[in-house]
Amino acid sequence: MNTQLQLHKPVQKRSFLDKIKPNPKNAGYYFIAPIMVLFCVFMVYPIIRSFILSFQKFDAGHYKFVGFDNYILLFKDDIFLQALKNNFWYLIIQVPIMILLALILAVMINSQFLKYKGFFRMAFFMPAVTALVAYALVFRLLLNTDFGFINFILSKFGLPRVDWLNGEFTSKLSIIIAMTWRWTGYNMIILLAGLQGISEEIYEACDIDGANAVQRFFKVTLPLMKPIILFCAITSTIGTLQLFDESFILTKGGPDNATISVAHYLYNTGFRFMKFGYAAAMSYVLVIIIAVLSLIQFKFAGGDE
Amino acid sequence: MLKRKPNEAGILTQILVYIVLIIGVVISFFPFYLMFVSSTHTSGEILSLPPKLNIGSNLINNFKKLNDDIGILRVFFNSLFIAVVYTILTVLLSSMAGYAFAKFNFKGKKIFFAIVLATIMIPNQVLLVPLFDMMNKFGWINTYKAVLIPTLANAFGIFLMRQNMLSFPDSVIEAARIDGYGEFSIFFKIVLPTMRPALGALAIYMFMNQWNNFMWPLIVLRTKNMYTLPIALSTLNGMSRIDYGEIMLGTTIATLPIMIVFLIFQKQFIKGVLGGAVKG
Repeated sequence: MNTQLQLHKPVQKRSFLDKIKPNPKNAGYYFIAPIMVLFCVFMVYPIIRSFILSFQKFDAGHYKFVGFDNYILLFKDDIFLQALKNNFWYLIIQVPIMILLALILAVMINSQFLKYKGFFRMAFFMPAVTALVAYALVFRLLLNTDFGFINFILSKFGLPRVDWLNGEFTSKLSIIIAMTWRWTGYNMIILLAGLQGISEEIYEACDIDGANAVQRFFKVTLPLMKPIILFCAITSTIGTLQLFDESFILTKGGPDNATISVAHYLYNTGFRFMKFGYAAAMSYVLVIIIAVLSLIQFKFAGGDE
Repeated sequence: MLKRKPNEAGILTQILVYIVLIIGVVISFFPFYLMFVSSTHTSGEILSLPPKLNIGSNLINNFKKLNDDIGILRVFFNSLFIAVVYTILTVLLSSMAGYAFAKFNFKGKKIFFAIVLATIMIPNQVLLVPLFDMMNKFGWINTYKAVLIPTLANAFGIFLMRQNMLSFPDSVIEAARIDGYGEFSIFFKIVLPTMRPALGALAIYMFMNQWNNFMWPLIVLRTKNMYTLPIALSTLNGMSRIDYGEIMLGTTIATLPIMIVFLIFQKQFIKGVLGGAVKG
């Protein structure tokens, strides 16, 4: 083809067509081009634009460069700090409880004697397919102070009613309860797949060595499961830091911003108060936190993987 | 939880495991049950003691109210249309990209792949403001396009498909080339048909994500007739007098289709979820 290129015009034209005709050498571009265009326009560009925006302020119809002002303001902004604190509460309490619960359930469902495994798997996974908005609305009803089912049960046991959605502490607890209901089964499915990947022979060897169930769990199952637990921990951490729907629907960020999440506050600043630069700066703080936490979790889990 | 029984689980452990799991199942199912039955009651009945756990008789009225307030039929259509079109496009584009990454060598492949990889850790929130700006400039605000197109750039699908395409034998592709198949017919007629399980898993996963999507549609959709189900439901939640009968019917309508899809295609569903974990 290349030798033809140097000849006269008509041949050159045909060889150009030949060149762009899909062949084993160039077809890769054809397959990848559409998604790469989409990626560059709707992913790479916004990521860069957002970064620039975070150093800018929209003023009198123009974007003005303001240096680190947005970031400095952020760390003086009480609502932002509150939102950050709320997110950390959710993270520190909800993620470990959920993963532990998911692991316990996964180990139980993985027991050899258990019948109807498919049913249990399906039942625990079911919450994970509901729309976040839908489940948040259902939990609003469940947690209703006067007529909610949870308070009804509490009163049956002679316990006092709890003001789930309006107390500063209880509203956080409500979000944690709701999230745990929604996501435990999801993580359980992932952990269960990991458990099923551990070969029976390892367990048989344990039995021969006379290890009991507890030893077996801590000495064999847990170490083997470390990468998968790490995966669950990282994805749950990222998910929790991006929490929006629950804060928006279940507690509406209240009372008095006691439950507002960073993503919810970002939505308010960006799309209700139209402070674009400020919202962009907030999103980059989120990026940094996610990166740092993921790194810590990697390190914490050890470098053996 | 685990008692000090050596070797095989004793009968007590077995009973304990069953009890814990059954309690878990009840907790898992109960909110759904409450949602279904509440959709057949009036708000007054729901907000009274003891809680109504039987089936009521207000379903039709709730539906009428729901239709008056949010235009449930139109909203349902919006949700379905967006989710179906999105699923088709994203599955097609992801499998094409996955095929390219798995089976071709070309300049820039490594850089492209690194870009895709890097975006996985970036939270969506970073994109919101610039994307909103773009939608404004394109004049896409309050259109289906605005919900659909920006979310097509999705790393998860590319990964899942690349992972599955890797094991497709090169020799088959070579043989097809010798037989005179074009590159596109090899992909569509030979490679894709063998990928059905992965395609199914991806399709269901993507459908669910788009059907349940909230934050982005909330930003770009503006009028009632364009709302998707989650957005329409959230407007009911913002009303001064919340009608729980109506809302619970709305959430039932939003949940039921995806639940049915899940019950039918459980395996693909779970595969989709695991697709993310396997790559780790």
